[in-house]
Amino acid sequence: MGVVQGDQMVLNIGPQHPSTHGVLRLEVTTDGEIVSKITPHLGYLHRCFEKHAENVTYEQVIPFTDRCDYLASMNSNFGYVVAMEELMDIEISERVQYIRVIMAELNRVASHLLALGVYGLDIGAFTPFLYMLRDRERILDMFEYTCGARLLYNYMWIGGVSHDLPKDFVKICVNFLDYFEPQIEEYNNLLTFNKIFIERTADVGVIPAEVAISYGVSGPNLRGSGVKWDVRKDEPYSIYDRFDFDIPTGTGEFGTLGDCFDRYWVRMLEVTQSVRIIRQALKDLPEGDVFETMPKKIRPPAGSVYRRTESPRGDLGYYIVSDGTPSPTRVKMRSPAFTALSCLDEVSSGWMISDVLAILGSLDIVLGEIDR
Amino acid sequence: MTLEQIKNRLSDQFKSSIIKNENLAEHQVEIKGEDWFDVATFMKNDPKLSFDQLECITGIDTGEDGPLQTHYNLHSMEYRHKIEAVISHDRKDPKVASIEQLWRIGDWFERETYDMFGIEYTGHRDLRRILCPDDWEGWPLRKDYEAQESFHGIVVPKIKEEEGWE
Repeated sequence: MGVVQGDQMVLNIGPQHPSTHGVLRLEVTTDGEIVSKITPHLGYLHRCFEKHAENVTYEQVIPFTDRCDYLASMNSNFGYVVAMEELMDIEISERVQYIRVIMAELNRVASHLLALGVYGLDIGAFTPFLYMLRDRERILDMFEYTCGARLLYNYMWIGGVSHDLPKDFVKICVNFLDYFEPQIEEYNNLLTFNKIFIERTADVGVIPAEVAISYGVSGPNLRGSGVKWDVRKDEPYSIYDRFDFDIPTGTGEFGTLGDCFDRYWVRMLEVTQSVRIIRQALKDLPEGDVFETMPKKIRPPAGSVYRRTESPRGDLGYYIVSDGTPSPTRVKMRSPAFTALSCLDEVSSGWMISDVLAILGSLDIVLGEIDR
Repeated sequence: MTLEQIKNRLSDQFKSSIIKNENLAEHQVEIKGEDWFDVATFMKNDPKLSFDQLECITGIDTGEDGPLQTHYNLHSMEYRHKIEAVISHDRKDPKVASIEQLWRIGDWFERETYDMFGIEYTGHRDLRRILCPDDWEGWPLRKDYEAQESFHGIVVPKIKEEEGWE
């Protein structure tokens, strides 16, 4: 703790605070209501993911990745298996590719719904949160129907998926999408275009594009600053190059480009784009066996791979080093929430304490992924 | 720019700084530790390379006889090309210049690698542990790491060595 002088005061937010979305302690130096410096203290949820990964086999790493980003476990799985398949250089059956994309995009919708709802909660709007959680629940029900788990799926395996889709999944999913799409307008009426919400978020916590890039901010946070960068489009993996979808970016609709509202709004627009991808994937879903391309023995050749994928929070990268044995030499997870949190100090100085919570919420961090 | 062109541009500028290493993959380039800061500055500021995004810093322990390594994955938002820079460190005294002031995310990535491997990034303005507690002993991700027996009275469980993966 530094020297406290004059009217300066040091304030602790967290570790147990509803707005920190997990266990995070922010050491905030304030001058009256104005924040001059923030030091985040991490590590409360550190579960030694990378150390554990060195002591288990390659398949056994997948459940750990679930527990890193527990709000978008499908996307966490997806990143790892894509990296592994690149390292082992194996071809995946068409059906598996489509199932993976459907699951990952459904999980993106679920994760964004939680992020948007909880953001409303942070600002003081309680009702939209309940509406969004209600719809998120239906997505989780579909996951449960498919693989038996609601949050931690261990669904995507190297070379395949753990369960084929149930027979009536396509019908259920289309029903859900038909129900869900009109709901987005309801969210907008409830929360997005609410005057109080706009006043609290527009012009607050502006991240200029070059600052965002320098801090490694990625995903919706980076696109909120107006940078058109999406790993799904720019470094296509799996079969994302076959789908037709747009990359929404911030425009500074009610304030400045890169403010909290833009980050919120990009997420809302992305939900619509994910629905578009799911509809196309459901339409083209081929028949086939999901276990067909799964290797009997997972023994990648000695070498290393770094692959990033687009998780709901941004560029999720895995660095995997193999020495030819059944367990990895090194697994490193490049966590998008980790990089987003690192810019909090620079973005929040000069704002009021209540705005800091608005900025923190707009970054959509998940502490499980930051601390690993 | 293709990988070949990026490598050529680097070796034109820093002929003596690039180490030839047969074991590296095509997208990797090994650079001498003492020249790293100059090379990094060039990579970021050169208008033809313009690596403005530091994707990831990974520490790697190559085993008991091998060196510790830091891998930097760099990417250019402008040209959409990428490369991986590799620095090897002496095991006894791992040290390299910090690039925290070039790419701001380097700050936390270097703290993380320092936390896990004990690699010292000289010139870093706030180098301390980030994920482990401040008074933790040892560098957990090194291959020769042995956990301390107790931490503030809490017994640290040992990871059991399992044998026979087959």
